[in-house]
Amino acid sequence: MSIKSYRDAINECLHQEMERDVNVVVFGEDVVGGSGTEGGKEAIGGVFSLTAGLWGKYGDNRVFDTPISESAIVGAAAGAALAGLRPVVEIMFSDFFGLCLDQMYNQAAKFNYMFGGGAKTPMVVRTTTGAGMSAAAQHSQSNYNWVTNIPGMKVLLPSNPYDAKGLLAAAIRGEDPVVFYENKLLYGIKGEVPDDTYVIPLGKGNLTRQGKDATIVAFSRMVHIANAVADRLAADGITCDVIDPRTTSPLDEEMILESVQETGRLIVVDECNPRCGLARDIAGLVASQAFEFLDAPIKLVTPPHTPIPFAPNLEHAYLPNEAKVEAAVREALGGR
Amino acid sequence: MQLNRDQLERAYRQMKTIREFEERLHIEIGLGEIPGFTHLYAGQEACAVGVCEALTNEDYIVSTHRGHGHCIAKGCDVPGMMKEIYGKAGGLCDGKGGSMHIADLNKGMLGANGIVGGGPPLAVGAAIAARNAGNGRVAVAFGGDGSCNQGTVFEAMNMAVVLKAPVIFVFENNGYSEHTGVSYAVGSGDISARSAAFGMPAIKADGSDFFSVYEATCEAVERARNGGGPSSLEFAICRYYGHAEGEPQRYRGKGEVARLRETMDCLTHFRRKVGEAQLLSPERLDEIDVEVLELIESSVQGARTAPLPPAEALFTNVYNAY
Repeated sequence: MSIKSYRDAINECLHQEMERDVNVVVFGEDVVGGSGTEGGKEAIGGVFSLTAGLWGKYGDNRVFDTPISESAIVGAAAGAALAGLRPVVEIMFSDFFGLCLDQMYNQAAKFNYMFGGGAKTPMVVRTTTGAGMSAAAQHSQSNYNWVTNIPGMKVLLPSNPYDAKGLLAAAIRGEDPVVFYENKLLYGIKGEVPDDTYVIPLGKGNLTRQGKDATIVAFSRMVHIANAVADRLAADGITCDVIDPRTTSPLDEEMILESVQETGRLIVVDECNPRCGLARDIAGLVASQAFEFLDAPIKLVTPPHTPIPFAPNLEHAYLPNEAKVEAAVREALGGR
Repeated sequence: MQLNRDQLERAYRQMKTIREFEERLHIEIGLGEIPGFTHLYAGQEACAVGVCEALTNEDYIVSTHRGHGHCIAKGCDVPGMMKEIYGKAGGLCDGKGGSMHIADLNKGMLGANGIVGGGPPLAVGAAIAARNAGNGRVAVAFGGDGSCNQGTVFEAMNMAVVLKAPVIFVFENNGYSEHTGVSYAVGSGDISARSAAFGMPAIKADGSDFFSVYEATCEAVERARNGGGPSSLEFAICRYYGHAEGEPQRYRGKGEVARLRETMDCLTHFRRKVGEAQLLSPERLDEIDVEVLELIESSVQGARTAPLPPAEALFTNVYNAY
C-alpha cells in the first residue's frame, strides 16, 4: 500500500493489466504520442499522461496511436473485442461521444442481445468528464446519464485513486463494454492504493460517511463536495450518509434505498444537466420505491439546463458546490 | 485461382440458395408472415459468394442491413436464418435480432448491421485482432454504395491504411442508396477513386460475374494476408427488389428490373460460363436447384412451426454479467 494519485493509479492498472493479459491492447489519439514526427514516439503517453510508458514496454502491436477518428477508434475496439482482444481505448473528452455514439450504443452495447447471446465484447472506453477548469462547452460535460441509459453498456465513475484502479481492473477483466469516466479535476488527488492488482465489483456503492439525518448521493467529483459538507454539518450535530455509487450501470439501488429508509431524507448531487440526469433518476428510484420513508421532499443539486460557460465566474455559478449542497441538506431538514 | 468442381458446385449452390431464400421471403412478406423490416439481396448473389469463396471459415466479415446473402455465403445455417427472420426460438439469434442483425460468430460472421456504415470500423478491429494473433485472418467489410458517403467508412479506410490492417472494403454498388441514385448521392460518382485516395489499391469489377468477383477478392485477400494492408473492391451489381420489402419502387425506370433480370442475372451468367467451359453440366445444376428448393421449403416450414421465443428471453443476454 502506498499513496498514489488518481492518475498514477490508473496508469499502474493499465501497466499491470497489460502485463497480466497479452490480449489487453491500448489505442487512441496520442496514447503513445509522437507517431510520425521528427521527435519520435512516446512523446506524451496521452494528453493527460494516463498511458505513459505503455508503448515502451508493450510495443507497437499492443499500444498504438490512431488518427483523430473517434468512430473508428470505438468501432475498432468493438470489432477487436468480438475477435478476442481486450481493447482499452481512449476518447480524450467524453464530449466527443457525439462522434462515436453509434459504435457505442448501436454496435458494442447491443451485440450480445441482438445476436441472441454468446457475444463477448470486453472493451473499455476510457474518457474524461467534469467541469471546473474553464474548458468551456465542448470539453467539460458530464454525459454519463446518456450512457447509463444504454442497455448493454456499463458505466463507471471512480471518485478516488483506490476506486479508479480497482474499477478499471474490473472493467478490463469483464466481458461487457464499459465506459470509464475519469474526472479530469481529480487526476492530481492522492490516496492509499495497493501496489498489487485488485478488483472492485461493479454495482457496489461506497458509503463514504455514515449518519442518521439525511442521505446524500453524489457522483464522481461531487462525492468530495458531499463529504466536505457532511463533515461540516457533523460539527453542528447533523449527520449524513454519503453514498458514492461508483457505478451508475449497474447501480447499487439497494444501498440507496436502505439508507433513505433509515434517514428519511434524500439529497442528490450530480454534475449532469438536470433533465433526465442521474439526480432525477435517483429521485425517481426513491420516490417510487421508498416514498413512505421520506420525511421531506427530495432535494436535487445539479447544474442548470444550460451549456457550460467559459468565464470562471459563470462556470462557478453553473457547478454544484459545498454551499449549494449544504443549503439543500439544511432545507431538507426543515431549516436546521 | 483455378476453382475445382466442388468449389464451383458450392458457389452455385450458395448463389441459388440466396436467390431462392430471397424470392421466397418476398412471397412470405407479401402474405404478412414476417415481422419488421426486410431488405432482400436478390440479384447481388455473385458478390457475396464470390467474395466469401475467397475466404476461409476463420476469416471475418461484417455485413449490412441487406445481409442475408453475406450470411449464407459465409456458411450460416439456412433454417436457423429463416427462423430468425420469422422471429422464432431456435433462430440464429434466438429471435432477438431479426433480419438486420443475423450473426454467427463461430463462422466469422460478425453481424448484419442496421446502421449504414456501421460495420467497417468493426472490421478494422477484427483485423487488428488477427494481426496481433498472427493467425493470417482477414476481415471483409461489406457495404453498399450508400455507405461510401458515411464518415465512419472514411475513418475506417484511413485507419486501416495507417495500421496496415488486413481489411478488404467491399462496395456493392447497386445504383441505389435506399431510394436515391448513386449519380446524385456520390459526389464524384466514383467510389473506388475515394478508396484509392486513402492510399489503398482499389479495383472495380463486374459484380454480376462470380468469377470476376472471386478473382479480385483473391488478390486483395492475398495482399492482406501477406501484410500488404487493405484493399477496396467496388462491384457493380443489380438489386431486384426495393430498398426494403413492401416499398413501391416508384424511382425505378419502366421495365428496368425486368431488363436487369433478363440481361444481367448472375445465376444465368454462371450457368452459361460453366456450361460453355464444360465444368458443370446443366443436369447437375438442375439437381442442385431442386435440392435448394427443398431446403428453402423445409426452412420455411421449420420457421412457421417453431415456437415463439419464451417470455423470459426479453431479459437475457443484455450483459454477460451484471
